Amino acid sequence: MNGFGTIITGIGVLFLFLGNLGVLRLPDVYNRIQAGTKCTTLGAFLAILGIGILEPSWFWKACLIALFVMATNPISSHAIARASNKIGVPLCHKTVVDQTKDFKKDRKT
Amino acid sequence: MPEVKYKTIHRMRSFAYLFFILFISWLALTSSFQWQELSIGVFISFALSLVLHKNYLALGFPPLSIKRLVFIIIYMIMLFKEIVVANIDVAYRVIHPKMPIKPGIVLIKTGLKQDIAKMILANSITLTPGTFTLDILGDTLLIHWINVQSQKTDETTKMIGERFEKYLRVIFAE
Amino acid sequence: MSGTIIFIYLAFIGAGIFLCLLRMLKGPTASDRAVAVDTITTTVVALLVFLGFVFKRYVYLDVALVYSLLAFVGLVAIARFLEKGI
Repeated sequence: MNGFGTIITGIGVLFLFLGNLGVLRLPDVYNRIQAGTKCTTLGAFLAILGIGILEPSWFWKACLIALFVMATNPISSHAIARASNKIGVPLCHKTVVDQTKDFKKDRKT
Repeated sequence: MPEVKYKTIHRMRSFAYLFFILFISWLALTSSFQWQELSIGVFISFALSLVLHKNYLALGFPPLSIKRLVFIIIYMIMLFKEIVVANIDVAYRVIHPKMPIKPGIVLIKTGLKQDIAKMILANSITLTPGTFTLDILGDTLLIHWINVQSQKTDETTKMIGERFEKYLRVIFAE
Repeated sequence: MSGTIIFIYLAFIGAGIFLCLLRMLKGPTASDRAVAVDTITTTVVALLVFLGFVFKRYVYLDVALVYSLLAFVGLVAIARFLEKGI
């Protein structure tokens, strides 16, 4: 059980590191949000769950924190992404398509 | 905002869900089964859900049944699998020296009616491979896609939204 | 869990937070900085739970819970500010 918890925590920590690396490396705001949300959500979930397995009396509270992080992290990232889309933060040069204008046309009617 | 009349059954349903969630959170926070703790938890959950259940009526919770419960469990298992795939995908794109990304912003349509169903769909899309919900208006969602494969709205709907919608449509059917 | 493994995990988390701080310093727009803060807060919640395990203190879990709650509210407030101004 101890080794299992250690491995789960290790995978979580690795994903947290990769998410942070993605925030540094990727080219524009939206891609950074992608890496920052996905990797850190699963990373934090697995790391906290692994601690819960290592310390059985903490398990339920750790589960509650993990579920809370999993529910709120997409929402806060979504709020930031929506704000940057509305104020028109520029996209990077690799972008192939941008259909925001069609959406805005819908938004007015 | 127009006044909507809610039936008693809707009020009772909202009350029951809220009471259940609050009581489970209380159990997880205290992690003990002594009768003092349990009775305080029941009292606080009851009072809070009595006061607050009106605010959750507009979300439109569906009634509970065995079929819905089974579909919710299947949905959660599938969502977890998709999240793991998404993470490996993003990690590959981050580590790769040339960063093989082809980002773009596309539209998709959804057929879901309730607000809570749309919220769950948007959050699921956020957590799955390469896609991210930017904005939502009526039945249209604005999606940022890290590896664009199609630009027509019909095809993008099929590729991004369909795998979740077929479960959510059963869970949130009237 | 032995001391070496704890050291390696803490080093990974610390390096990740350092990379995010670099992005926060560089970030061309305000949104980039907000994203970096978002990522740092999630990492710090995991770090708090991990430190609670290392020091065997139960109270760190409460701290992590309240910290994640406040970070969520604060980030939504920052997003509203970016969208409309004060």
